Order: sequence, then structure tokens, then C-alpha cells
Amino acid sequence: MGTVEYIQHHLANNAIGEGFWTFHLDTIFVSVALAALIIFVSMRLGKRLETGVPSGFQNGVEGVLDFVSGQVRDTFPGKNALIAPLALTIFLWVWLMNFMDLVPVDLVPMLAQMITGNPDFHLKLVPTTDLNTAMAMSLTVFGLVLFYNIKVKGLWGFIKMFLFHPFGKWFVPFNIVMTLIEEVSKPLSLGLRLFGNMFAGELVFLLIALIGGTLAVGIGALFWAPLQALLDLGWLIFHLLVITLQSFIFMVLTIVYLGMAHTEMDDH
Amino acid sequence: MSINATLLIQIIAFVLLIWFVNKVLWGPISKLMEERQKRIADGLSAAEKGKRELEMAEKRAKEVLKDAKEQAQNIIGQAEKRANEIVDDAKTKAQEEADRVRAGAQAELAQEVAAAREQLRSEVAQLAVAGAGQILAIEIDAAKHQDLLDRLVKQI
Repeated sequence: MGTVEYIQHHLANNAIGEGFWTFHLDTIFVSVALAALIIFVSMRLGKRLETGVPSGFQNGVEGVLDFVSGQVRDTFPGKNALIAPLALTIFLWVWLMNFMDLVPVDLVPMLAQMITGNPDFHLKLVPTTDLNTAMAMSLTVFGLVLFYNIKVKGLWGFIKMFLFHPFGKWFVPFNIVMTLIEEVSKPLSLGLRLFGNMFAGELVFLLIALIGGTLAVGIGALFWAPLQALLDLGWLIFHLLVITLQSFIFMVLTIVYLGMAHTEMDDH
Repeated sequence: MSINATLLIQIIAFVLLIWFVNKVLWGPISKLMEERQKRIADGLSAAEKGKRELEMAEKRAKEVLKDAKEQAQNIIGQAEKRANEIVDDAKTKAQEEADRVRAGAQAELAQEVAAAREQLRSEVAQLAVAGAGQILAIEIDAAKHQDLLDRLVKQI
């Protein structure tokens, strides 16, 4: 298998359907499975919560919750009971989906190919390297931003934001364009940042995997295989930081955008 | 690798997951953490209150002890005073009694001495008269020299 085919094979989704009505089964399956994992573990934990001194796992979960609610307290003005659970959901889910990036790139696709008996079986394990997942979350956040913008500022206040922001009433057409770009760029940058980072990270893993896979022929494997392992370990450790950072950034930006939606614009 | 209907599924999954996380993870645990925070705060304030009460009780105990000591001191002082008084009283009474007894005895003694002297005097006068009468039986008339005899009696 050639280098190009190898990478293309790994970056293709297991899809059914045509045109817009295409469903990426692997993306949906893995992300829903991880969501189910979150819910399952939460329910298990919920059954044996200790009010007194929390032990082990509960302590860790409380630490994460404390961290998230601290971020919300620091960044979010006012009160909204939805923000903290939303931020927590994003942090946990995005982190878990990103974490799939650290599973050896060939392991799960190979298992799937062995189980199904189909050597051409596609399985893209990391849902966040699918633009649909990243954009689904950023668009949901965008929807919430619009909703709270109108709820807090009122419909007229929301329109006023487009008309008189950022340059006052003498630049109304220009203001509309500027605010539109500003608002649309929020979900776009939010989703694309996550997607881009994870996609690039996955690509680097694939390239590292290629070192041992295609370059190593015969006696050369003695040199290339350890190099691959070393590079893989290095990128893995670095990527562990990246996935945490990306989920953290997604969470914080969500809080910030929703916070901006809750703030009254100052009149110009 | 383009936007397609997967997006819709992911939006639904995301919204459902937010709901679930709020329901089974965020809700119970944040409630629990709030309860714990409240319990700790209550415990701390109770400890603070207990400490204050202990301080007050100690202060009160000290005051009570001081009062008791003062009272005891007073009582001891009074008792000593009273004892002294009683002793003094007894002394005075004893002195008076002794004086009275001595005065009575002296008066009796004086009376007896006087009576004895009187008796002696009259006996001596009779003796003197008898003696003188025997010596001067003739010359001296008792009636005639009564004056002389009386003077003699008085001189004795």
C-alpha cells in the first residue's frame, strides 16, 4: 500500500448516503459511545456519592467540576444555570474525543478490518477530526449565543448591536458588515480551530506511523522501527497537552462568547 | 470530509449530552458540593461559637471563684471579730464577778472585825472597871465617875 493510499484510507470516513445526506457512521458511533461513557460513569458515580470525605474517583470528578465552575465564575458575568453544565460537557466530551487521537492510529481500524473481514473497512476513530463534529458543537454554541443575545438585549437591542456597533450611528452600513463578520467568525473559528488542530495532529501520527510501515524494508527496520517508536512517544506526550488545551480553549471560548451575549452593549 | 448530515446528528447528540450531563453529573455533584460547603461552614461557625462560649464560661467561673474567695474572707474576718468579742465579754464578766465576790468578802470581813472590836472594847471596859473597882473599891463611885469611865472606854 502506497503512502498516499495509506493516508487517504485513514482520513476517509465510513460513510453511507449521498451528497448532503451522507452519514459518517464511525464519527457518530465513536462520539455517541463516548457520550454514553460519560453518562454511564456519571450514573455509576451518582449511585455512591459521599457527602463527607470524597474518595478517589469522586475526588477527581469534583476537582474537574470545581475547575470548570471556577472558569465560569471568573469569565461569565451574571447568572445562568446552563453555562456550567454546558462548559463541563464540552470539556469532557471534546477531551475524550480528542483522546481517541492517542490510540495507535492503526490499532482500531485493523481490529475492525479483522472483525468485519473487509480489508477496505474505513474507521476514522477521532470524531473531532471530522469537521461535522467540531462544527456541530460550535453551531450549537452559536445558536445559544444568538438566543441569549436576543433574550438579554431584546430583539431591538440585538438589531441595535448590528446597526451601531462598533463605529456609532454615522457608519450604519459599515457597522452591519463588521458586526456580521464578528458574529459569524465566532462559531467558524471555534469549530475550525478544534478541527484543524486535531486533524493536523492525526496527520502527524499517520506520518510517524509511515516511518516504520513503508520506509522500513529488510534490515532497515532495525533502525526505523525504534525511531518510529521514539517519535511516536514524543508526539504522543506533546499531543496529550494539545488535546487538553484544545478542549480547554473550546470550553473557555464558549463561556466567553455566551458571556458577551449576556452583556449589554455600551451605546456609541 | 465535508459538511453533511452528520452535522445534524452531532448537534442532536451534543444537545442530549448537555442535558444528560446536567442531569446526572453536574446537578447531583454540584448540589453535593454545595451541601458539603454549607456543612463545613456550619461546623466552623459552631466551633467558633463553642470557643466563644467556653471563653465566657471561663470568665464567669473566674468571677464566681473570686466572689467566693472574697466572701470566705469576709466570713472568716467576721468570725474572728466575733470570737474576740466573745472572749473580751467573758473576760469582763469574769473580772466583774471576781470584783463582786472580793467586795462581798471584804465587807463581811470588815463587819466581823468591827463586831469583834466592839465586843473586845466592851469586855476590856468591863475588865478595866472591874479591875479599877477592886483596886479603888471605896474611893471610886461608879456613878460619880461615869464620865471618866466612858472616856476611858472610847480611848481603848
